[in-house]
Amino acid sequence: MSMNLLLAGFGGQGILFTGKVVAYAGMLDGKEISWLPSYGPEMRGGTANCSVCVSDSSIGSPLVTEPDVLIAMNLPSLEKFENAVVPNGLIIVDSSIVDEKVKRKDVRSIYLPATRLASDNGLKGMANMVMAGRLYKETKFCSESAFNEGIKKSIPARKQDLMEKNITAVKIGMENSD
Amino acid sequence: MPEKVLMKGNEALAEAAIMAGCRYFFGYPITPQTEVAMHMSKRMPKVGGVYLQAESEVAAINMVLGASAAGARAMTSSSSPGISLKSEGLSYIAGSDVPAVIANVQRAGPGLGGIQPSQADYFQATRAAGHGDFKMLVLAPSTVQEIIDLVADAFALGDEYRMPVMILSDGLLGQMMEPVVIDETKKINIPERPWAISGHENKRKHNVVNSLYIEPPDLEAILKARYEKYELIKKKEQRCEEYMTDDAEIVVVAYGASARISRSAVDAARKDGIKAGLIRLITLWPYPDDAIISRMATAKAFLCVEMSMGQMVDDVRLIVGGKRDVRFFGRTGGMIPTPAEVLREIKNIKGGF
Repeated sequence: MSMNLLLAGFGGQGILFTGKVVAYAGMLDGKEISWLPSYGPEMRGGTANCSVCVSDSSIGSPLVTEPDVLIAMNLPSLEKFENAVVPNGLIIVDSSIVDEKVKRKDVRSIYLPATRLASDNGLKGMANMVMAGRLYKETKFCSESAFNEGIKKSIPARKQDLMEKNITAVKIGMENSD
Repeated sequence: MPEKVLMKGNEALAEAAIMAGCRYFFGYPITPQTEVAMHMSKRMPKVGGVYLQAESEVAAINMVLGASAAGARAMTSSSSPGISLKSEGLSYIAGSDVPAVIANVQRAGPGLGGIQPSQADYFQATRAAGHGDFKMLVLAPSTVQEIIDLVADAFALGDEYRMPVMILSDGLLGQMMEPVVIDETKKINIPERPWAISGHENKRKHNVVNSLYIEPPDLEAILKARYEKYELIKKKEQRCEEYMTDDAEIVVVAYGASARISRSAVDAARKDGIKAGLIRLITLWPYPDDAIISRMATAKAFLCVEMSMGQMVDDVRLIVGGKRDVRFFGRTGGMIPTPAEVLREIKNIKGGF
């Protein structure tokens, strides 16, 4: 089993956090993992992206240049990375932010209005976790208990009260079939 | 068994230093190294240590010299342009026979260059960290766990040989997170420093830590003695990890981040039936000459993969002495080679056999 995941969006959408959840979940499931953020000027107001590798074997390059799965939370990210996705790969788009459709025909595309679903359910700012829920449903990259534990581990001690909201957001992402 | 946690390479570097008994950190912020200083600023006060943000890199390295000369385990960290500024102090540390740990989380150069990962400071680290005849031990981790392990070794080696030790990291290793195990039960062994200028209370002759020797014969004798120590280190401290090299016709040589990428390329080459292997350098000085020499038995060609225009490749060429083909593949300026690119180079070489 191996999954090379690229998460991309605006700074502030929780891209790096979502990547951390996936990384922790993979680790707790006994897999090899790596997490690598983009750093530098692109983070200031522009695009933020994060490479996460989850694998049964040791990880070479932590930089994901050919993702199996792309999570695109804004248009520049979709435009920038759509062509990098491997054939038969998966692209999950936050369709409440991105109006465009995926142009490629050799990948599976999912349009999830994550930002709207989050705010409709009183979970403003948690679109990233709605996306994470859908990612889990589609890939099952680890056990469900490891995934939940991964969320818990990723939330700093002083913010543990947000655990429940995060879980709710994940459930919405899993259950929505838009 | 302590539990696994996720840590950034830079945080791990700082935490490992604290675990190794380092209680004095003198730094100055620079991307992509700043998390080292951030972590130190949070943790040092909690363990009774000193975190000091100096007014410049030059000041920070000289504070390391002072603290270490007084007997403390001290370190500093920076990234490429900042390391250039530290070179004067590094030379003084070497010339004073004082241990110190210096971390370079490399970014692209020259000049301010760029902030993305690079390995273009190999020459600086192994050849010319400062003026004068001297060497520095240079350790090159390639995983976050190995950063932790090598930082502990760096402090121990520095004390053993009374010399500066550099951890040569890069922006990729510094910024990435991987699972690590931090074993807090590990015993720290900090040897006595009878030479330290720590106050003699009239109970012994006063110590002197100095790098100035006006009389040429005196300085020559000291340098010759120091180089005897370097020869001993060359014999005792060469370290590398070999992967699939037993029957390898094409031996990839790499360190740090590019070794991880090369390993994936070697796996892919083996799947295609190409006898490829990897020598991953752990010590850059002393260079693991012996491993290269012993691999010449099966190797038809060596391929050096670096995030530079080609620096470490010179060492392989020196060792091989024209007896084998030595090739180079690199990306630079903050670009990171991909396993596919390295595989293509391996196949090119194979095609020429």
